[in-house]
Amino acid sequence: MSKSRKHAQLSEFWRRYKKNKTAVMGLILLVMIVGMALFADLIVPYEKCIEQVGADRLQGPSMAHFFGTDEFGRDLFARVVHGSRYSLLIGLATSLMALAIGAVLGASAGYFGGVVDNVISRIIDVFMCVPPVLLSLAVVAALGTNLRNLIIAITVSCIPGNVRLIRSVVLTTAEQDYVEAAKSYGTSNARIIFRYVLPNAMGPIIVNTTMSISTMMLSAAGLSFIGMGIQPPSPEWGALLSNAQTYLFAAPYMLLFPGIFILLSSMAFNLVGDGLTDALDPKLKD
Amino acid sequence: MSKYIVKRLLYMIPVLLGVALLVFTILSLTPGDPGSIILGITAKKEDIAALNTQFGYDQPFFIRFFNYVGDIIFHFDLGTSYATRQPVMDSILARFPNTLLLAVLSMCLSAILGISMGIFSAVRQYSVMDHVCIVVALVFASMPGFWLGLMMLILFSLKLGLLPSFGADSLRHFILPALTLSLPSAAGLLRLTRASMLETVRQEYIRTARAKGASNKRVIWRHALRNALLPVVTTLGSGFGASLGGAIIAETVFAMPGMGTLMTTAIRQKDVPMVMGATLFLAVLFGLVILAVDIMYAFIDPRIKAKYQNGGKGRE
Repeated sequence: MSKSRKHAQLSEFWRRYKKNKTAVMGLILLVMIVGMALFADLIVPYEKCIEQVGADRLQGPSMAHFFGTDEFGRDLFARVVHGSRYSLLIGLATSLMALAIGAVLGASAGYFGGVVDNVISRIIDVFMCVPPVLLSLAVVAALGTNLRNLIIAITVSCIPGNVRLIRSVVLTTAEQDYVEAAKSYGTSNARIIFRYVLPNAMGPIIVNTTMSISTMMLSAAGLSFIGMGIQPPSPEWGALLSNAQTYLFAAPYMLLFPGIFILLSSMAFNLVGDGLTDALDPKLKD
Repeated sequence: MSKYIVKRLLYMIPVLLGVALLVFTILSLTPGDPGSIILGITAKKEDIAALNTQFGYDQPFFIRFFNYVGDIIFHFDLGTSYATRQPVMDSILARFPNTLLLAVLSMCLSAILGISMGIFSAVRQYSVMDHVCIVVALVFASMPGFWLGLMMLILFSLKLGLLPSFGADSLRHFILPALTLSLPSAAGLLRLTRASMLETVRQEYIRTARAKGASNKRVIWRHALRNALLPVVTTLGSGFGASLGGAIIAETVFAMPGMGTLMTTAIRQKDVPMVMGATLFLAVLFGLVILAVDIMYAFIDPRIKAKYQNGGKGRE
């Protein structure tokens, strides 16, 4: 595909995307949250996350501490801002890893069919029998609780769904004439899959990956909340909420802000995902 | 049809064995042997070795796996807990009813809420109520369920004192946890039902029905709804899995004695047989629910029925 054609496709896509107001709002929200994670140190220095001010324990929101302070007198605004790095890192890392593994397995199953498809699909059937949260929990139980293991645990729970989706999309794409044509030229299978089949099957895959970032962020927060993910004193949002649970009566504001930020980031990815669905679907041109 | 059901039932056997192997393999990656987990690494070597023999840990991996599966099939036994030295199955059976009740309650609640609001929203597309439904659904679908639970706990238990905040003694104890679980998933169902309804209404057979002069009511209820709900039914199976998963987390919020709190305690105590047993138990249950939903789906979707009645075979 020539450069200018690619460019034209992108601008056509953008023209359709920006017509959708909620999708644009989602994109703005997403940029703000990513910006917060990238420039966390400029917004508020990391030292504020760990600095314990004895006189300021369990203070409600004020001008000095926008989101109040926790039981050690640490500034919750700083902790929430820096906590965004965990959620985004986990959401992106797990979704992309699950996408890569899902693409290789799903595309092989859909493209080659036969024995390859049978073996992969049967293994996926087995994985699909374990509810995702349970699968993550089992992996965390075996490997131990830290950031790396949480990422592995959530990725594993996300792979089966990806394999199924990519397999079904590839299955329909692989029947197209241009794939037949590429085959007749003697193009290698790997090249056909990555150069012709996957790019043309990209729409649903991109949408699914965007939406899955939101799901993955929610499950990471959930696992951290029950103490099976990121451990305190790391300012991960789920861990902050887990800590806030102890002070429901004395300091309900501790609960409010980390939750709102989880909600906003997950909503941003959902809105962008919805927008992408509409912009990428040629059937919905009205 | 019976051929399809028998085929699906038979296929469950290798799948469930696969699930057992999967769960067994993952949890066998846990570092440490039973002896040193129970007695601590400072204990005498002979004592540790004796315990390892008692738990069958001195056997190779596959022998242990076959013994494990054999015990389950022939003795309905999931092994012995490291922590309590009691059968794992007893602890599970004591806790499981709470989790099941919670998952089933929230499933029903979210199906009723989500599907009815989804239809309502689609029938009145672009109305004010439709927009309200979409926004509310988006917020709830993006919300961490346990956070919603904690907020409701503050409001209804701590401030208003209407509902109990922990335990599982009466049905009243289940109201808040069930709402916590069902609202986010109802939001997801609403979005799905609405999208599916709108997609169906654009099909040609709907246009045909309208052209034949069928009333709007008849078109929606008789022609559109049945077809629009097919994709919704397929998600009910995985929805139950999500409910089970959500229940595990919601139980922590409401300090409810169920499978979730059982598992988190067991994970902290490195009680491998308990974690393994609980995971496998829920996975097998979930597998059976998926099977039931699939069979139900075959009864609803005339296309699958037709495929099997003609004896034809197609790729999924």
